[in-house]
Amino acid sequence: MADDVFKALADPTRRRILDELAERDGQSLFEICARLATKHGLGLSRQAISQHLAVLEAADLVRTRRDGRYKFHDLNTEPLERILTRWLRPDAPEGTP
Amino acid sequence: MKINLASVFVDDQDKALRFYTEVLGFVKKTEVPLGPEHRWLTVVSPEDPDGTELVLEPDAHPVVKPYQNGLVADGIPHTSFAVDDVRAEYERMQALGVRFAQAPVDLGPVITAILDDTCGNLIQIAQYK
Repeated sequence: MADDVFKALADPTRRRILDELAERDGQSLFEICARLATKHGLGLSRQAISQHLAVLEAADLVRTRRDGRYKFHDLNTEPLERILTRWLRPDAPEGTP
Repeated sequence: MKINLASVFVDDQDKALRFYTEVLGFVKKTEVPLGPEHRWLTVVSPEDPDGTELVLEPDAHPVVKPYQNGLVADGIPHTSFAVDDVRAEYERMQALGVRFAQAPVDLGPVITAILDDTCGNLIQIAQYK
C-alpha cells in the first residue's frame, strides 16, 4: 500500500489533483478537468485524468462516491498520515547544538 | 451566421417549461402542438427576446437517456448560461430547492456553478469577469 502511495505522489499532475481536492471535496470529473485546465494550464484529456484518478484511488488517496446520478471524488489523507508517522520518533531531540 | 436555436432534451415539457421560466427566469417564446404528446416549445432570455431560442426538446429517442446519464455521472453540463453573479444565483436557487452538482468555483477568467435542471440535464451558469 505504501508503495502505491509513493507511486501516486510521484507525478506532478496527480499532486495537482490532490491540491484541488484539498481545496474542496466532492468534485466531479468535469470539475477536476476544468480546474486543471484553467488554473494550471494542464490541458489533459478526460481519459488521461480518469487514469490519474484511478492511480490515486488505488493508493486510497482519493475515494469516489455515488450520489444518485452523480459521481464525486473526495480526498483521503489517511495513507499520508501512515507515511508521516513511519519515520517519526517520539523521542526526537529538541534542537541540536 | 449566428446561433438561432439551442436545445435541451427534457423528460417532461410541462415540468421543463416551469423550471426554465419560474426558476431560471426565461420566458416562453413559441409553442406549437406536434402530435398528441409533444410541442415545439421554446424559451428566450427576457434580456434578449429576439436572441437565441432554447428548444425544450422531448427526450423520447432511445439514445437520449444513456447519453444524459453518462454526462451527469461525470458532472458534464449540457450547456452554459451567462449570469451577472454566479454566487447570488447559487444562493437564490438553493433557496428554491435547486440541486447543484458543483458549487461556485473561481476558475480565473470565469466563475462557474453547475445545477440539475430536474429534466435530465446538468446546466452550467457562468459569470465572466
